[in-house]
Amino acid sequence: MASLKELRARIGSVKSTRKITSAMKMVAAAKLRRAEARAAAARPYADAMRRMLAEVGRSVAGEGGQPALLTGTGQDRVHLIVPMSSDRGLAGAFNSNINRTTRNLVLRLQAEGKTVKILPVGRKTYEFLMRDFSDLIIGHRHLSASKEIPFSSATELGEQITSLLEKGEFDVCTLVYNQFRNVMTQTPTEMQLVPLALPENDNTDNADIASYEFEPDESTMLSSLLPRNLQVQLYATMLETAAGENGARMTAMDNATRNAGKAIDRLTLTYNRTRQTNITNELIEIISGAQAV
Amino acid sequence: MSIKVKIVSPEKVLFAHDADMVVMPGSEGDIAAMPEHAPLMLTLRGGVVDVYEGDVVMHRFFVAGGFADIAPTHCTILADRALKVEDVSVDDAEARLAALEKSYEEADKMNVPALDILMDKIQSARAEIEAGQSAIPAMSI
Repeated sequence: MASLKELRARIGSVKSTRKITSAMKMVAAAKLRRAEARAAAARPYADAMRRMLAEVGRSVAGEGGQPALLTGTGQDRVHLIVPMSSDRGLAGAFNSNINRTTRNLVLRLQAEGKTVKILPVGRKTYEFLMRDFSDLIIGHRHLSASKEIPFSSATELGEQITSLLEKGEFDVCTLVYNQFRNVMTQTPTEMQLVPLALPENDNTDNADIASYEFEPDESTMLSSLLPRNLQVQLYATMLETAAGENGARMTAMDNATRNAGKAIDRLTLTYNRTRQTNITNELIEIISGAQAV
Repeated sequence: MSIKVKIVSPEKVLFAHDADMVVMPGSEGDIAAMPEHAPLMLTLRGGVVDVYEGDVVMHRFFVAGGFADIAPTHCTILADRALKVEDVSVDDAEARLAALEKSYEEADKMNVPALDILMDKIQSARAEIEAGQSAIPAMSI
């Protein structure tokens, strides 16, 4: 049995852990609110972009010579995987879910005989993948360290992916990210970025009116919309990752705070029992000493 | 009769209001969106979007390129970057223009697509400077 002094030290250390985890929980909650507001603010652009793309896509459907971002390279040999994690840990299973999904995907594609390349986004997944697949990683980038994720970070990533495609470095590009369902649940999701599945036209406002004119023509329009659309999608998932990270951290820290409370209760009970036992033992020793005299 | 105008940047909705006319800088020339305009999609160059109520310009926004979706009842502008004209910083834009011109000098002159992109960016920065300068006298009135 641990001595009273050791128990006191343990209780003290668990108490300060609890203070830290509950502070982290509150910080994560505040950041989550901001991240959710930003994700909501970015949605109108993405929605409008999707509508325009659907409209343009409808009018070029069936025509040849479409950009590679839309149709792919016509092959299915080299896969580029873009896993997106947070830069910092202590967020429960948030990052390990991404890592596990990515590893399974890589192994599955390799078993099918495909060549796999990885472009990790976020420090946590980069560090994890470096261990097993360091020869497959063709580059990496971190999310922005600042509070806000600027749109330019999505632009840069999008441009990198586009130029890799133009150089013929890959045929299919898949993004692995945590879909933000609610504060408690983030689902690791695979999303195919290239070739792009054109969105269905859900623009009911214009359902009854004549089809659109384009200036410049449809194919020029499409080739300038597509890279922008890729960037917008990446931006949306970055914001979702930021929101999900804070949601996951909040949940994890809430659990940690509760567990710390339970541990403190248990340790305090043991401490009091030990103290009582010690007193009883001392009394017995004194009494039996007195009787012996 | 008015149209619903929306100016959206990737980060947020900048402006959403009814207006009578919107004049925007299309990549092939300025275009005015008015009620009952035939559906049209266009790409934008860098320039100023004027939102009219009646015959008066009520709002002016600088957009650094993007797309516009014009329909009989609405007009949505998807700007790569957008801000109110009075918020344009001429100094920032001039610094950006200088950097862009320098990279244009150094750029590979055979790489036409890359040069085109740079030219568009330079045009947009010049338009931003112009927009910022035009806003200064308006503010002092």
